[in-house]
This record gives sequence, structure tokens and C-alpha cells, in this order.
Amino acid sequence: MTKVTLTLAARFIILVLVQVLIFNHIDFMGYINPYIYILFIIIFPANNNRTLFVFLAFLLGFCVDVFSDSGGVHAAACVTLAYIRPVFLKFSFGTVYDYQSIKFNQIDFGSKLIYFSALVFIHHLIMYSLEIFNISKIILILQKTLFSGIFTIILCLIITILFTQKRK
Amino acid sequence: MQQIINFVLRNKTFLVFLLLLGLSLFFTIQSHSYHKSKFINSSNVVTGTVYKTANSIGQYFNLKKENEALLEENRMLKSIVHNLDVDTMKYNLRDSLRLNAHFKFRTADVYKNSYSQSTNYLTINKGKKDSIKVDYGVITSQGIVGIIENTSQNFSSVLSILNTRSRINAQLKKTNHIGSLVWDTESSEFAQLVDISKFAPVAIGDTIITGGQSTIFPKGILIGTVNSYKIDRGGDSYIVNVKLFNDMTNIGHVYVIENLQAAEIKSLQKPKDD
Repeated sequence: MTKVTLTLAARFIILVLVQVLIFNHIDFMGYINPYIYILFIIIFPANNNRTLFVFLAFLLGFCVDVFSDSGGVHAAACVTLAYIRPVFLKFSFGTVYDYQSIKFNQIDFGSKLIYFSALVFIHHLIMYSLEIFNISKIILILQKTLFSGIFTIILCLIITILFTQKRK
Repeated sequence: MQQIINFVLRNKTFLVFLLLLGLSLFFTIQSHSYHKSKFINSSNVVTGTVYKTANSIGQYFNLKKENEALLEENRMLKSIVHNLDVDTMKYNLRDSLRLNAHFKFRTADVYKNSYSQSTNYLTINKGKKDSIKVDYGVITSQGIVGIIENTSQNFSSVLSILNTRSRINAQLKKTNHIGSLVWDTESSEFAQLVDISKFAPVAIGDTIITGGQSTIFPKGILIGTVNSYKIDRGGDSYIVNVKLFNDMTNIGHVYVIENLQAAEIKSLQKPKDD
């Protein structure tokens, strides 16, 4: 149990630092930034306490917000993402999820891609809508969501593949 | 009573979600109004220290460019000094105490800079300890950067001109037609000068400088050149696309300007109540 908690805490801190120090400054093509810190929410163990999970997601978004002076946009997007995640777990993995024993390093690539994409796009849409805060710039919001989303998904997939422990 | 407690316990995840969502929306909305983003900003101790560490490493990669910028600034200042008339120099020297007392300059390092969001901020390494206060102007040797918005003991956050909330008094260099410098989030190279009268002789390539009307910047700080312009939808003013002199994506060292007469001017402009 403590080992799991320690891993989660380390993952939390490392993802926030990597996000604010490296990935916030990529600015590919001028405005495309990947937001890989939501990997913490995406691969959080599914059988855990949900209230705690929502709270941790808020804390995660809040940390990124403080570092990037963005008010509460990341926190709002993360909290929503954490709350609606079970819907997408069921949608992407079907029966496997019902056993509450899903292991994110043992699922096949197709359903993983769908699951990642859905969550990333929802997060980015909420975040950019709140950040731009202007309905007349809806095209800009959708454009940023699409391009940053694709970037985030690719990076998240690469990171999960690189850092998965091989079963012997 | 029992039922209420049961209801809360049954829906505790949903209630926590609503509470936290409300809290983050509150922070978001607050960050959209000027001078109210007090709670969350990167000028606090934790973020300042993290950015300081990162900056102490990252600084070395820009040394060459920084050197070139300093050389260029030195060249410009030297050419001004050596071209001055002897008579004007004498006059200036006699009055220098009073002349220099209008504005006070301090240097600072930029720890964090963003330019890809719609509300961009910088964090610099001087704060209350170095007597930096809210509403001081921030410039580089090339041009304008922004305005101090929050200060802590050792750090300050700067509202960049690349921020939808930024609105800075600016004017044409050759005439005194004034307008406001705003940003439409499209590109980090361009800002927009709005509310400038359509009788102003705007031409492509004209220089835009800060106007003397705000108490934040001295008159004549460089901003950029006119890239294109069009008549506003209302028909009585121009919208000018200004190409900034500053490369906002690459800012290492800045100057913070204190206007020593700001309080006096503000007290004069304040409407009387009696």
C-alpha cells in the first residue's frame, strides 16, 4: 500500500515539474503546448477512493495553475476530468472495467488510444474554453484543442510505453 | 436530520466535485479582472524558487544573445551621448538632479515568460524587498514588456503586453495622436493599436511609442512599427497592427521603471468629492 502511495506522490511531483519547466515552453508553431501532466489522472488506479481522486486532481490542476498564472483553468478541467473518468473507462474497456482490476500496462493499444484521446480532448476543450473565455473565438478554441490534443496524446502514449515495467 | 447526513454521505463525491469546480471557476473568473488575481500567481515563494533554479541553468544558453543586445544598447547610448551639443549637455548637467528624479530604473532577471496563452505573465526576480510595487512599468532595451501586477517578498509577476487584459497608452511618434495598445491573441509578434483617430496620418512603417498620458511609462519608450492598418467597424478610428520591436519570446533581462511623480499626478487627476 505504501509503495503505491509513494509511487503516486512521486509521479504527481515529477509530472508537475516536467510540465511547468519543459512542456509549457515548447510552443511548437507558436501556440501548441502538450499538457502531459494529465497522465496522472489518466492512469490513476481505477479501484481507488473516488472522492480522494477528485481532490487530488484538483490539487494537480491547481499546482499547474499557480506555476503558469492561469487562474483556475487547469484545476477546473482536471476536476471535471476526474469526475467523469468512470464513464470513459466503461466506454473504452467495457467488461474489463467491471472487475475493478484494470491494469493500464496490460491493455491493448486500440482501446488505450480511444481512452486517452477522449480524456485528452475533453480536458483541452474545457481548459481552452475557460482560458480564452470568449465565445466569439470558438474557432481558435477548437483549433488549439485539436492541435495541442494530438500533440498531448502522442506524447502520453510514448511516455506510457517508455515507462512501463516489463513483466518477466 | 439523519436523511440529510445520509444524502451528503451518499453523494460525497459529487458534492466534492461541485465544490472544487466552483472554487476553480471562482479563481478563473477572478483572474480575468484586473488587480484581483491575488491568490494564484507565480510570484510566491514556492514557484519563485523552482523557477529560480531552472533559470540559473537556462540562463547560460542565452549568454551570447544577451551580450549582443547589451552591445547594441551601448552603441545606441554612446551615439546619443557623443552627438549631444555641448550647450545642451551643460544645461542638462545643471538640471540633472531634477531631470533624473522623474523616473527610477532597476534591473531584473526574467525567471518565467509565457507567450502562447491568451493571458500571459512573466515572473521576475525582484520583489517588495527591492521596493518594487504594483503598477511599475517593465521594459527591455528594445521596447516595452508589461506592467507589474503582483509582488511578493522576492519576486513579482508582470502582466505582459501579450495579454488580453493589458491596455497601454500609446501614440504615433511623429504626431501626438494617442490610442490604446491591446492584443488579439493571434501572434506573439504583433499587438494592436486601437482607438486612434482616423484623422491621424498613419502610414506603414511608422514608429509607435508609449504616450505620456499614463503614470506608468515615460513618454517615448519604443513599442513597434505599423505593419498594416484598417478603419474600425465604427468608421471613426483606425485599428493598427503593430509589429513589436521586442521579441517577446526571448526576454532575459528587463528594466523596471518607477515613476516618482505617479502619486502626485494621480492625486491631481482624482475627481474631487465635495
